[in-house]
Parts: sequence; structure tokens; C-alpha cells
Amino acid sequence: MKLKGKTYKFGDDVNTDEIIPARYLNTIDPVELGKHCMEDADKDFASKVAKGDIIVAGKNFGCGSSREHAPISIKGAGVSCVIAKSFARIFYRNAINIGLPILELKEVDEIRAGDELEIELEKGQIKNLTQNKTYYSQKFPEFMQGIVAAGGLMKWIGTDEKRG
Amino acid sequence: MPYTITEKILLAHTDKKDIHPNEFIWARIDLALGNDITAPLAIQEFEAFGKDKVFDKEKIVLVPDHFVPAKDLKSANQAKLLKNFANKYNITNYFELGFMGIEHALLPELGLVKPGDLVIGADSHTCTYGALGAFSTGVGSTDLAASWITGRCWFRVPETIKFVYYGRLKKWVSGKDIILSTIADIGVDGALYKAMEFTGEAIHRLEMEDRMTICNMAIEAGGKSGIIDPDNITLEYIRATSHKLQAASKKAWGLKLEAWSQLRSDRDAKYAEVREYDVSKLEPQVALPHLPSNSKPVSRVKNVKIDQVVIGSCTNGRITDLRIAAKILKGKKINSSIRCIVIPATQNIYLQAIEEGLIETFIKAGAVVTTPTCGPCLGGHMGILAEGERALATTNRNFVGRMGHTKSEVYLSGPAVAAASAIKGKIVHPDEIG
Repeated sequence: MKLKGKTYKFGDDVNTDEIIPARYLNTIDPVELGKHCMEDADKDFASKVAKGDIIVAGKNFGCGSSREHAPISIKGAGVSCVIAKSFARIFYRNAINIGLPILELKEVDEIRAGDELEIELEKGQIKNLTQNKTYYSQKFPEFMQGIVAAGGLMKWIGTDEKRG
Repeated sequence: MPYTITEKILLAHTDKKDIHPNEFIWARIDLALGNDITAPLAIQEFEAFGKDKVFDKEKIVLVPDHFVPAKDLKSANQAKLLKNFANKYNITNYFELGFMGIEHALLPELGLVKPGDLVIGADSHTCTYGALGAFSTGVGSTDLAASWITGRCWFRVPETIKFVYYGRLKKWVSGKDIILSTIADIGVDGALYKAMEFTGEAIHRLEMEDRMTICNMAIEAGGKSGIIDPDNITLEYIRATSHKLQAASKKAWGLKLEAWSQLRSDRDAKYAEVREYDVSKLEPQVALPHLPSNSKPVSRVKNVKIDQVVIGSCTNGRITDLRIAAKILKGKKINSSIRCIVIPATQNIYLQAIEEGLIETFIKAGAVVTTPTCGPCLGGHMGILAEGERALATTNRNFVGRMGHTKSEVYLSGPAVAAASAIKGKIVHPDEIG
């Protein structure tokens, strides 16, 4: 799958309260959640972001609460992929489980806000079209690739009688 | 092969012969917890999957605790979703208002978690139950839905960091101060993807409540879980809370006690890292905005005026926490410019606090005492901060906007510093209250 979009940059330790503040957790509607995506880190984010755009962040992205509303709001806002130095573990598994593409990349500091990226998920290839550079992210372990390939955890358990 | 306690528990929940860090397992679970924020999403996934029954109605726990009593119409709808689901699938452990409490205080109190159990919860502070010698970790709503269908959850077997604590704690120093100083040492991602094993004489001298506070905040260091190997204090706690199990069969109970008392890491188990701390000089800690790792000894936090004090939450809303706060507040008055909100974590704790006279102490001092709820901790309700306001809370997170406005601030501490500061109107050491 090929993804293409403009980058929005965030720092280290972006927590799920910033991604989707608790005051909006009284709903599970992805569109509604998307309207408030990243609101407490950048209050105009949801209005600026275009379909396919990419979030680029530092270490420990998605730390804090287990709320799956966080990756859902990112998806709901139209973001196609999150690239970070590292992810907090519950956010990581939530993204895998719901099929939000995420990539771990050591060189995120080289990517600038507004750069145009083209991503080939299967290869873990990230092309920075603006800077004419190519990076390769760490590959998902095979087990997780299986869940991603199935289209998320619920589909994965549905594909095998022993699991479901 | 030598194993850590975490590896032993995970292995026992698979059909495998051995287990290694970083391998993936599809493990059986003993308990799956959801609340009024996370379970509605899981219910939606479950219904969409189209299965007409859950894997085990005894092993699912549903606790509306975040936005109840319902703060608005949407929250009321979410709580209703839980209730309807619980009724439809005859879920044993659904706890309606009046019988509920903050989930991570409630489950241990009801004897729902045992040493050696594998517990998942769609709430990041599910790591609390490691204090009972269980492997317990926060997951997402989809994980929860999948577990209701399959009775299983996927895990990458974590490496373990061992934290060893020596020395006797000084007066007013508690489990909260141990964990805040540890997070300050390793950072908010210092234990990312890893299990945190807390041990040493200082840990094994602590009561269960303090141990729960410590394991509760493992997530604030990025940890997958926190765990403390069971000892006599653990088994005494289990004995006092697990009436049903004991009544069922004396022999089975005896065997379980025997197994639990032996559940610990092997002497030559492999750790990613071992860190040692002398806690004998540890001071009460305060974590400054906006990360739990910004923790300092309270004596180095000077002239920080506050508008609100919150004593409660899954971290510090248990009876021992309320006793500490009441001891400081007894016969004193809270500063007239401070809103002090005390939240007993469960109905039982609330009742016990009434019987011990703690609630009277709080009210006479000028605090308000509320029904059990997560409420203000996550900026939900019952104590939201306005722009520019500052709170000192015994909760677990001080992120930007966590308790309200993005330009408000949250400082974290244990109950002793919180109570003393409520009297003084600014952050102080409990020794300053004569």
C-alpha cells in the first residue's frame, strides 16, 4: 500500500490526553473524535490536516491512557500514517489492532514539518520527496504483520476457527 | 530454564513448553476488565463480529467509574451500553452505581484478582494488580472485544527490569514517593515495553495499598506491567478478600496458598537490567507539570500556590491514603482559598472512612467528599480546572490539560503532602503542619 501526504511534526512523549482530550471521550464516533484530534497539542490540527497527511513525532508517542479513541481520532481526522522514534506500548497495539499504519524510524529529526512523504508500508520505505531522501523503518515482527495483513485484530481472530 | 515471575505466569497461560522474551504468545486470560469509556468501543466491535455469547461470563468485569454518576447525556448513553451488554450476556461482574468503585481499587477489594493470574483491562492503570502477584496489563478496546470472544489476548513476552529497594522509609514517605522517584530516575519511557519487578526489603515491608500505588504507576514509566512477588502480607490480603474461593474447597484453597507462596522469580532469572535504591533518605516527592517524571523532593518545591487539592483516584484513594490525609487534617482548617476534594475509591472504602470518623474530619476541615469516581483525575468531571489554575493531586498524570484547561497545571504527590498543602494553600512538607 502506498501512502502520500504532507507531514505535521510533534515532539517527544505526546500523550493520549493531547491526542484526544478526555472531555471528548463520551462518544465513540470516529468522525466526531477526528474533529478534536491532537487538539491539546495543536488546537487547529483537525482543521488544517488533509486526507492522507502524516504525523511525525519523537519518542514514546501515545503515552498515557489506553483509550483506543486516540488512534481512532487520528484515523478519523484523515491521517494516513504515524511515524515516530518510538511508541508507547498500548498505543502501539491499538494501532495494530485497528489497522492505523504506524512506523518506527530513528531518523525522524531529519524530516521537517511540511515535507511531502511517500510511504510503501510493506517495505517500510519512507521517501521524503521534498528532501529527496529515502529511509527504511524497522519491520513489524511477523506476528504483528499477520494482524495487519488480516485487516486488524477482529478480522485476524475471524480467520481461524481456533482463534474465534 | 530459569524464569522471572512474569515469564512464569505468561508461560502457565499458554500450551508452550518454554518461553522467551520478545516472542509472541496468544495467551489465555483469567480476567478482562472494561469501563464506561473503553467498553462501549469493545461492545461495538463484539456486536459487529456477530458472536452470540461471551467466552466466560464470570471472567468479564465491567465497571462504570469514569463519568458516573453520568456527567452528561452522552456519558449516560455510554454507561447504558455497559448495562445493556451486561444484562444481555448475563455478566456476573457488572457493578452498578452504589456497588461500584474506581475499578483498580474495586477488583482487589472484591477478591477478583489472585497471584499468578493473567489480567487484561482496557484501562492503562490495569497494571495495579501486579501488587497481588498477577501479570496485569492495560490493553485497548479491540483487545478487550477479542478477549470476550476467544478468552485470549496477544502479548509480546516482555523483558524485565528489576528494581530493588533497601532501607526504612521516613515518616510521611509512602509508596507514591517510591514510584515517583523511580520514574524521575528512569523517565516516562524508561521501562517501555518492559515488565517492572519491584522487590527488596523496603517493598516487602509495605502494606498492600502502597504496593498497589507503586504498580499502578508502572505505566507512567512506559512499563507493560509492574509486579511484586507474593509474600505473607499478600496472602493475608487474599485471605481477607477471597471468601468464595475459601468456602468452596478447603483442600483446593490450601493448594493454592502453597503455590502462591512459592511464586517468585528464579534466583538466576535473566533481567534486562537491575536497579537498586536506598529509600532510607527518600523525602516526600512532588511531580511538577507536565510529566510524572518531573519529580523532586518536596523541600525543593518552594512557594507554589495552589487552587485545588484532589485526594483520591486508583493511585491513592484507598483507606490507608484517607487515614494519612485525615491524620494531618484532624482539627485543622483547609486554607479558605483552596477547594479540597476527597474521593474514597470505592463504596466500601467510603463506608469504612465513615465508621473510622475520617469523613467527619474531612468535612470539619472544609473538604468535600464525593462519590467514588475517576472524575477529576482525567479532567472528566467533579473538579475541572479553569485557565491558569493549579492543582495538587494524589493522582497519576500531570500532562498538559489533564485536569481541565490546557493552561492549568497539575502537580502530583502522595496523600500526606496533599493534605498538608491544602491547609497551607501552597505545596509544603507535612512536617510544616504542627
